[in-house]
Amino acid sequence: MKRILVGIMAWLLALSAQASDVIKIGIDASMTGDKSKVGEGTRYAAQLWLEDIKKAGGLKVGGKTYQVELAVEDSESKAESAVKAATKLITEDGVLFIVGPQASVEAVPAGEVANNQATPLISAWSTNPNATLNRPYVFRACFLDPFQGPVVAGFVAKHYGFKKAAVLYDVASDYPKGLAENFKAAWESRNGAGSVVAYESFSTNDKDFSSQLTKIIKSGADFLFTPQYYAEVPLIVQQAHELGFKKPIVGSDSWGSAELTKLCGKDCNGLMFSTHYAAAGAKGKTKEFIDRYNKEFGYVPDDVGALTWDALGLVQTAIQNCGKLTGDIKADRTCVRDGMSKIRQFDGITGKMNFSKGNDPEKCAVIVRISDKGEFEFFDSICPDSMAKN
Amino acid sequence: MGLTFFLQNVVNALQWGSFYGLIALGYSMVYSILMLFNFAHGDIFMTGSYIGVGVAAGLVALSQYGALPLPNWIVLALTVLISVVLTAFLGVAVERIGYRPLRHAPRASAAITGLMIGIILETGNLILLGARRIKFPSLIEPVSFELGGVYITNKKILIVGLSLALMLLLHLFIQRTKWGMAMRAMAFDYVVVPLMGVPHNRITVLTFAIGSGLAAVAGIFFGIAYPVLDPNMGILFGWKAFVAAILGGRGSVLGACLAGFLLGTIEVFVATIFPSTLRDLIAYSLILLILVFRPHGFFGEAYSAQLRL
Repeated sequence: MKRILVGIMAWLLALSAQASDVIKIGIDASMTGDKSKVGEGTRYAAQLWLEDIKKAGGLKVGGKTYQVELAVEDSESKAESAVKAATKLITEDGVLFIVGPQASVEAVPAGEVANNQATPLISAWSTNPNATLNRPYVFRACFLDPFQGPVVAGFVAKHYGFKKAAVLYDVASDYPKGLAENFKAAWESRNGAGSVVAYESFSTNDKDFSSQLTKIIKSGADFLFTPQYYAEVPLIVQQAHELGFKKPIVGSDSWGSAELTKLCGKDCNGLMFSTHYAAAGAKGKTKEFIDRYNKEFGYVPDDVGALTWDALGLVQTAIQNCGKLTGDIKADRTCVRDGMSKIRQFDGITGKMNFSKGNDPEKCAVIVRISDKGEFEFFDSICPDSMAKN
Repeated sequence: MGLTFFLQNVVNALQWGSFYGLIALGYSMVYSILMLFNFAHGDIFMTGSYIGVGVAAGLVALSQYGALPLPNWIVLALTVLISVVLTAFLGVAVERIGYRPLRHAPRASAAITGLMIGIILETGNLILLGARRIKFPSLIEPVSFELGGVYITNKKILIVGLSLALMLLLHLFIQRTKWGMAMRAMAFDYVVVPLMGVPHNRITVLTFAIGSGLAAVAGIFFGIAYPVLDPNMGILFGWKAFVAAILGGRGSVLGACLAGFLLGTIEVFVATIFPSTLRDLIAYSLILLILVFRPHGFFGEAYSAQLRL
């Protein structure tokens, strides 16, 4: 047994020594399963990034040019497969940096593995605080739910002047449950205890929300907040309308998939949700990215694609900040991690990021309105207090 | 609880209960003929819904490109008819491939066959169409009426009305026709009755065809009411309809319909009165309690030889 282990070690060492002028970046994303669209966006954005690197002849680090390779693993939209994929990328592929997994349910456990193995990992899309909590090697490129909840509460209070809120969320899923709680706390601190007049829940895979919605309508709430995924939102919105609910329905970044308007039709037109970026009406390098992606893959990238692009930009900067790669993968990983934590400000296509408080960026959230054509239009941007509105 | 609030919930419960009733019927009928729970039934419901999407999309495309201009209600009627026939064939195929070779095997083997066929249908669908959610085409433009504060849609009237009509038709078929009589006889004793000249295989095929056809109707109605479909939609829903079949009394058509509506009503009202998080916990504890006092369900008999349709 020992001999085999030594053999494997030697083989790995040989492999990493041999590949010293190649940098490997791991992609851990859900290519299959119920979040397959998320994995697709991740992979496509990474392909575009790699094209740019290849066009430039490679990645220059400390005066030496390295070739870049991507190692892609499927997390199958499952926590255990995301862990398996991360382990394989770290131990077999010998990657320098892992990008993904994206959904919090996968990123929280996979981050644990990466941190234990001292390999830097960046999740572009995971907004749950636990993904990076007490993990020096785990980073992210998006804001957190404790920020998003107050953003929605503040926006609704200011824009509509409402006082009474209703919430409908999936009690069996981490992201909606966490965000519903964050929103409720923020709304009540603003409008006083009892200002959330209906706080209703259901379970994953439920299709009928009529009794919850009937209660919400009776409660006299001014609007409904529902932080659900794009497959449930159409059902909630249509049933609410059929029961005679004519008030606004507001959502969160989980709404922001290209599939939403396809499934929802005109029922969703005019509704608003908070998210990371707005594709319609984008300018500058954001527009450049959108146009290029659209031309290459035939549809407008959703927030996952744009955030992955920024995550890879951060990875590139971190590697260059490291200054010099030794070829010893362990030392290099630590060096790149340190390079990552040297980044204070980053100007991405999803907005400016401020890393002064550790591994989670502070950045502005965008409020998007679904237009009558079903496009996601920029409506407002809301920034943390520490960042001036641009 | 105000009167309009109460009536609104009754309307909601009627729609939700129709689905349970239609699916529970399939479980109940197969059980009474074969003494076997067809655990693939929830997935036959799912497949029926997907077949409905395919047929409807085809017909809509035909009428849009002018080849066969049809108003939406005819498209809907044709979709239901064609999907019922196709899904009935699927149900019969399941019986022919999965159950008939195991007719004399232990019941447990046949039960797990059903589970496996269910998994094959789910994963087959996943491979064929991917994990993407599918939208059921909107064949009915939703119209909402307000009657004294209670909101009713044309969809709800259609779903509840047609479901009740189908249940009544099935009841008449079983009670008034020769084939129905043969089914009742088979349910009475499936060993002896075939010896008296009742064709066992034909009756079984008929039972599966009717059960699956009803599941297809439920699938299409489900798609109209909740137009986002996924390959796993039949699992939990199938289990709950199975609960309704047991609650109604194994092998009882009337019982299955009533229990379906009762289950829908319990679920809706529990979520209305208690915090909605506790819905399934309280609803299914209640049903457990009912079964403690009526272990054979509402219309079930204590001895299997006296099962009747």
